[in-house]
Amino acid sequence: MYIIIISVLGITMITAAFTAIYARKLVTSIIAAGVIGLFASIIYLLLAAPDVAMTEAAIGSALTTVVFLYALNKIYRFNEGEKND
Amino acid sequence: MIKRFVTFLLILLVGFFFVSYVVKVKPADKLPSLANDYVNKGIDDVGSANIVTAVVVTFRGLDTLGEVSVLFIATAGVGFLMRIEDKKSKLIKKRPASELLRTGTNFLMPLIFLFGIYIFLHGHLTPGGGFQGGVVIATGVLLLLLAFTSSDINHTLLNITESFSGAFYVTIGALGLFLAAGFLDNRILPVGHFGKLLSAGAIPVIYSLIGIKVGSELVGILDSLHKDE
Repeated sequence: MYIIIISVLGITMITAAFTAIYARKLVTSIIAAGVIGLFASIIYLLLAAPDVAMTEAAIGSALTTVVFLYALNKIYRFNEGEKND
Repeated sequence: MIKRFVTFLLILLVGFFFVSYVVKVKPADKLPSLANDYVNKGIDDVGSANIVTAVVVTFRGLDTLGEVSVLFIATAGVGFLMRIEDKKSKLIKKRPASELLRTGTNFLMPLIFLFGIYIFLHGHLTPGGGFQGGVVIATGVLLLLLAFTSSDINHTLLNITESFSGAFYVTIGALGLFLAAGFLDNRILPVGHFGKLLSAGAIPVIYSLIGIKVGSELVGILDSLHKDE
């Protein structure tokens, strides 16, 4: 049972990783990268590492995603500004 | 085509190295001698119920100090890069957030803050610690920034808290040189009752300082990114 849960989570992570690489929209890539962090944190929890799981859930799936989204928004604005100039 | 082939070969090579680890490695039925010492003697020496915290803050305290410094440098870099275009960004008007988000934030923000403070105060008893607590606090502030888009965060106050907590952290570490066995030794304060909130010597103090430091640094990063957007 334990191995099945971890394998399902792992396969989902690999799928999310491929989505992050091959997705057409960058927003999808960022969300997929966040999903990897979230599932990694569940695996850490199952492998009896709650300390690491908390860090990964907070940083890997929440903060990194948000920082990437901010950066993406900034790039879009920058490109728009260049077009207008 | 050749490029893809070479990439594929490289991936296979890396995979080949890892396969030997996966096949050969056996689940350990007992701890290595160093880990064994940490687990068995750590409780008597340090008095921390969460042995991970004991390792992170005392036995490997210097590494933690390094990590905190790395985070500080990263924050300084972000602050430096984002400050340049500060004047332009004031022209952009931000769309206000929805009523739902604002009401939810009003309700959730204090709870998230409380949870973050709980995590770093109980770092020596339950999973978690300064880093995790600080990040949770930062996510609370992120919610605030998303809900009240024009909210202004006082960077001077953030800088002062950040610098003072970092300075106190190093001071407590240096006190260990004179009052206890070495740098970052937690026994400068009484070890106390095992499993109580006020126990494990200086660990709660150090972890609270780390929590405040990490929290203010990450809030600084998020706010610079938000303002600059």
